[in-house]
Amino acid sequence: MNSIVPWLILLAPLLSAVVITLFTRRWKQLSSAISIAAVLVSFVCSCLVFARETTAANQFTWINIGGTLNVPLALTLDHLSRMMAVLVSGIGALIHIYSLGYMRDDEGKSRYFAALSLFMFAMLGIVLANNFVMLFMFWELVGFTSYVLIGHWFYRNAAADAAKKAFITTRIGDFGFMIGILTIWMATGSVIFSEIAPRISTLTSHSTFLTAAALLIFCGAVGKSAQFPLHVWLPDAMEGPTPISALIHAATMVAAGVYMLVRVAFIVQASQTALLVVAWVGTITAAMAGLIATQQDDIKRILAYSTISQLGYMMMAVGLASNDAAMFHLFTHAFFKALLFLGGGSVIVALHHEQNIWKMGGLSRKLPITFATFAVGALALIGCPPFSGFFSKDAILALAYKHNPAIFAIALFTAFLTAFYVVRMLVIVFVGKPRSEIAREGRESPPVMTVPLIVLALLATLGGFAFFARNFLPLPIEKEVASFVPVFAILALIFGAALAIALYRNRASDPIDVELLRHKFYFDELYSWLIRWTQELLARISAFVDRWIIDAAAVGGSSRGTWGIGALLRLIQVGNLQAYVFLFGLGVVAIIYFAVFR
Amino acid sequence: MSPFLFWPFALLTLIFGAAVVINRNPVASALSLVVSFLGLSALFMSLDAFFVGIIQVLVYAGAVMVLFLFIIMLLNLRAEVGRRINWLASAGGIAVAIALLVQIFLVIDRFQPAAKAFPLLSRSPIDDVRNIGALLFSNYNLPFQIVGVLVLVATIGVVLLSKRELR
Amino acid sequence: MITLGDYLIVSGILFSIGFAGVMLRRNLIVILMSLELMLNAANLSLVAFSRFRVDPSGLPNYNAQVFVFFVITVAAAEVAVGLAILVALFRARETTDVKDISRLKF
Repeated sequence: MNSIVPWLILLAPLLSAVVITLFTRRWKQLSSAISIAAVLVSFVCSCLVFARETTAANQFTWINIGGTLNVPLALTLDHLSRMMAVLVSGIGALIHIYSLGYMRDDEGKSRYFAALSLFMFAMLGIVLANNFVMLFMFWELVGFTSYVLIGHWFYRNAAADAAKKAFITTRIGDFGFMIGILTIWMATGSVIFSEIAPRISTLTSHSTFLTAAALLIFCGAVGKSAQFPLHVWLPDAMEGPTPISALIHAATMVAAGVYMLVRVAFIVQASQTALLVVAWVGTITAAMAGLIATQQDDIKRILAYSTISQLGYMMMAVGLASNDAAMFHLFTHAFFKALLFLGGGSVIVALHHEQNIWKMGGLSRKLPITFATFAVGALALIGCPPFSGFFSKDAILALAYKHNPAIFAIALFTAFLTAFYVVRMLVIVFVGKPRSEIAREGRESPPVMTVPLIVLALLATLGGFAFFARNFLPLPIEKEVASFVPVFAILALIFGAALAIALYRNRASDPIDVELLRHKFYFDELYSWLIRWTQELLARISAFVDRWIIDAAAVGGSSRGTWGIGALLRLIQVGNLQAYVFLFGLGVVAIIYFAVFR
Repeated sequence: MSPFLFWPFALLTLIFGAAVVINRNPVASALSLVVSFLGLSALFMSLDAFFVGIIQVLVYAGAVMVLFLFIIMLLNLRAEVGRRINWLASAGGIAVAIALLVQIFLVIDRFQPAAKAFPLLSRSPIDDVRNIGALLFSNYNLPFQIVGVLVLVATIGVVLLSKRELR
Repeated sequence: MITLGDYLIVSGILFSIGFAGVMLRRNLIVILMSLELMLNAANLSLVAFSRFRVDPSGLPNYNAQVFVFFVITVAAAEVAVGLAILVALFRARETTDVKDISRLKF
């Protein structure tokens, strides 16, 4: 009995997805009920597994080819997985409930909940997988459900395009990931995490190989966690419904990249070069996203870029070889980012799906609960004590200060930027006078939406404190915590916030206009130019091959060649009797020659 | 046999044989062929093949060549008017003929028995009609009958082929 | 002294002349006549061998001469039919030139 419970965590949402898709599409209320029930089952089972500290579950053999490839269907239930299972199913449950309110009038509610259940299944699969192949399978499935959910309102071109962009961009990363998995398998002969770990240490002499394998696997994380240069899909993914943005693109799926790197830390940490690359990619991503966020006008886009930036922090921590710091920040980020997105969703619904912050204003009075919880989330995000973000971000900053001053400097600057754009958003949306008719008429959202907000706000407050977090994960302990690191962090925070308030109080429009940032460093333009150029080149080459090599040479050549030879051979049989006799005589002479004289 | 008999008749045969091929006028060709056959008959006689020699004159010179001449007269064939000679084709043809000839010479050269003279006969070959007849009607009876039928069929065929319209 | 080889050489030369005639002449009648020459060359060769092989009974081996008998008979039949065809052809095409009777297009 004990070993079925872990499997229930996975199977409940899967069952829900199957049932909704096959049977209950027509009855929307029933579908949503099934989905919520399933995720609650998952959550309860996760808590059970966490509390009992189960470490093993039933194992099934899936592929077993001699000794060369063994892929079981098995769950890994160490501390990390158990914590992640609780986190994912918990936040998932909150968002399922919130979705009841947000998607109340939506036509496609059944398929929304079916996709959401499938996503839960896949995400929990990633967290619980015990080997690379299973992980990759769920990884791809998560990408697929993300595509379905981003494109939930598929009749809108922007949504359909965004879904495609997300899928294709992450696919590029997944390609590197797959090659990395194959490389590791080739080197160690196994795909199971627990078997690979000891074997990696025997390969320490082949440092280039290990670096290559680690970097290839990192590619998957770059795609899934929207790091530079594959970050372009996340802002566009905001075309999906806001609960999806909260769940998938803030709290869970994008964190899968970080989780994966922590899970296979023994590979990444085997190479110093790889670690350095990971750290710098994270740092650059964090700073770049922070810069872009300062100039965005769509509330969800600001939050999207802030997600990218915080993921950059987590990657930074992974690259600085502290899994604990990375997971701690992932943990706290899940809470406050989900909170911010759901709060943003509440605002959007209250304003009839208006997302431009310059059309908002003064909503603190109209939507008090939303404002309060949103403020809590915002303060956690900028790292203001005593909220959770302060502790986790501070851990990373201390880490950076200890190992790499350059990264520390950039991280500190990013903290300043974070404070700036978050307070900018807060001020423009909630403070001051309403800037449009819609803003004036905003009303608070129903309890089905505000209760999850309150729960998340509580978690965002408590999550950083040791007494709470200690139960969930090992806390990063810095042996010598340089005391001025938190001071610098708080200074950066205050400076950024003050600047934002000074610049954006009582404004009707944005006083600063930096083209480069507003256009997101022109990444989209660059990529589309690149794709067009490549495609054009390939098209030209194909045209050439098709026209000259296939048509002219092969087809034309063989047809004309045959015709030519035929024309030659034809001359043997022209109906000239004496020619026949001549050939006949020639044959006789030849035969006599070969018969008699040879 | 005496060389004085052999060589003249052999030359006769060969020269008039060549004349058949070279002559423009078909009548002249036919008549040269007749002479050639006569020479050939003499050669047969010199080989003690009296029956075959007579048959050669009777059938070939007497019947077949007459038939040829009839047809030539019937169709009123004139001498060929010279057309453009395809020198390449002619050269090729002559080359093949000469190659064949050379090969025949070489084969005969290798053939040991060819250098031997003819063995003498202990009996007289004068009665060869009886001997050939006996052989024909005993060992080769069936082919003989079949050839009879063949000639009949040929006759019928010729009659059919000569009709103006086939009914 | 005349040897077997002499007769065979004559036969060979006669055969080549006939073959050249078939290849080179354009008149159908002359072609038929050259064909007869070739047949006769073969006959000569046969008779020469017949005389060369002497049976224990002291006579030449007459088998080859029987063969010659048949050749002559069949040649006669063949000439008859061939000329009949030629006449029919002449009636249809008004020419005995071997190149003109071919209607094959290439």
